[in-house]
Amino acid sequence: MEFLVASGIGVLTAAGIYLILRLRAFAVILGVSMLSYAVNVFLFSTGGLVSGAPPVLGSGAGTYTDPLPQALVLTAIVISFGMTAVVVLVALGAFLESGTDRIDISETDEEDHEMPPSGADLR
Amino acid sequence: MNHWIIAPILLPALLAPIMAVAMRHDIVLARVAGLAGTVLLLTITGGLAMLAAQGGIHVYELGNWPAPFGIVLVLDRLSALMTVLTSALALIVLLYALGSGWDARGRHFHALFQFQLMGLMGAFLTGDAFNLFVFFEILLIASYGLIIHGGGGARLRAGLQYVVMNLAGSTLFLFALGTIYAVTGTLNMADLARVSATIPLEDSALLRTAVMLLIGVFAIKAALFPVQFWLPGAYSSASAPVAALFAIMTKVGAYAIVRFTTTVFGPNIAATDGMLTEWLLPAALVTLAVGALGVLGARRLGILAAFAVLASMGTLMVGVALITPQATAAAIYYLIHSTLAAAALFLVADLAVSRRGDAGGDLRTGPVIGMAGPIAALFFAAAIALAGLPPLSGFVGKLLILDAARVSGWVWAIWATVLIGSLVQVVGFARAGSTLFWKPHETAQDAPKGPAADAPSPALAVIAAAAAIGALILLTVLAGPVAGYADATARQLYDTPAYIGAVLAGGMR
Repeated sequence: MEFLVASGIGVLTAAGIYLILRLRAFAVILGVSMLSYAVNVFLFSTGGLVSGAPPVLGSGAGTYTDPLPQALVLTAIVISFGMTAVVVLVALGAFLESGTDRIDISETDEEDHEMPPSGADLR
Repeated sequence: MNHWIIAPILLPALLAPIMAVAMRHDIVLARVAGLAGTVLLLTITGGLAMLAAQGGIHVYELGNWPAPFGIVLVLDRLSALMTVLTSALALIVLLYALGSGWDARGRHFHALFQFQLMGLMGAFLTGDAFNLFVFFEILLIASYGLIIHGGGGARLRAGLQYVVMNLAGSTLFLFALGTIYAVTGTLNMADLARVSATIPLEDSALLRTAVMLLIGVFAIKAALFPVQFWLPGAYSSASAPVAALFAIMTKVGAYAIVRFTTTVFGPNIAATDGMLTEWLLPAALVTLAVGALGVLGARRLGILAAFAVLASMGTLMVGVALITPQATAAAIYYLIHSTLAAAALFLVADLAVSRRGDAGGDLRTGPVIGMAGPIAALFFAAAIALAGLPPLSGFVGKLLILDAARVSGWVWAIWATVLIGSLVQVVGFARAGSTLFWKPHETAQDAPKGPAADAPSPALAVIAAAAAIGALILLTVLAGPVAGYADATARQLYDTPAYIGAVLAGGMR
């Protein structure tokens, strides 16, 4: 199970980083989401992976699974959900206002502030 | 337990939703409420600072759960100082936003402003590393709204870049916290300090990795080289009051680095001893150099101000990175100066830009502006402050940092970079100032000499910008007492056993 979870986190992180480096709004948003899924699974495993154990010590249970990482993951999920919504809206606004979905800003863009929307840069 | 400790977080947290829901169509009501809330916040934080100045560490247990099981807020000298600085800055910025009419050029400025203050107050007051992450996210999500305030393609694109950068940073923050939890089994700062002192050096590889990652995340916020590249674009594109408020945002990163490198993973912890200075100090020096060169090469006033902020962050981080009580005290003094000076520069720059018509922020010869005399004087004062020339507080702060660097092995590199960096900045500021104020000529289709037409009270905007400079003068005049407070703050930060004792024993009930 440890190998499966660890390689799952690794693959998700690698995919996330690759997508963020694409520098186009849609790919970057997907990449950031992948990265936040990876970190959620990672946080979940920080208390140690135990299956079939209660989250609190009872009189009958010999072992337990750490409940704190689960609380942390829940918080992280809520926050990343909200953040994804914000980044989608900002990206949409930026695309509609400037007509390009590139994340990087080149020198020519800065001199030409209000670029008319054009299909040339959409590829 | 002193319930006033949570008031700086609760007040904006309650005010902001009310403003967003009930005052969304009434800008006058929102202005009054925002101003009243910020003045009240300054009063509360001022009272808390007087409490903290007596020297104790005050702990507020949320839900009455004792640490390390519950989340605690901790009021010590440093957090009290940061909250007062934030609310004073917020008041100046808010007055400027009201006077210049920036707050009406987009929606929900005042609600976002209060949410931003809530996040800042929480980040400074919390005593729990995961709670710090949550407050970071609150202040970031408010800042995403503020940075695109006013709209426009360039601003939205710069905002998107800023959002993506910080989202990636937040993910790294979680990775770091997860690793720290896996190693130590706790996220309470005092408990972290206690547990990591017991970890032997040979078992510390994972903890060292996690701490490095955590400091790296804070370095993104503090715009430290090599993760400084987001700052010039974001700050120069944001509207002036927002950029001025964001002067405290980079300081949140610096605050977190100070907190974690002194109290939590301080010099007495074998696992991380020496590692942090080794990495932070060269990064700070390069940041300073990049900032100074940027000031020299800037072709727009906003870019110039953003690189000046970067250079002052570099200077500040030199003091932070040395990790000795004397250097930390110097860094704390410089931090106050750097925040106010950066805000002053952004506000004064906007005063000039808004009167230049089509020339805007471009550093080329433009029309003669209205009120050129007072605005040029304010620009001159802000430039002197940021470049660190006497007589303003930048000089005092730089002197304290240079003095503290004498015991370091890097002393010549630090002195050379700081002094040459100041000289380069002076040249950059002089060039910008003379282009703006000495070279303008009357053009045929003369640009409007007054400020933007929708500014309700241009005089208030000038007064607010002057108030930022006035605060710097006050900081210079009161350099002795403030440096004394910074000294006591640094001593308290390095006294980890007292911190652990206060937090884990429930503090001063």
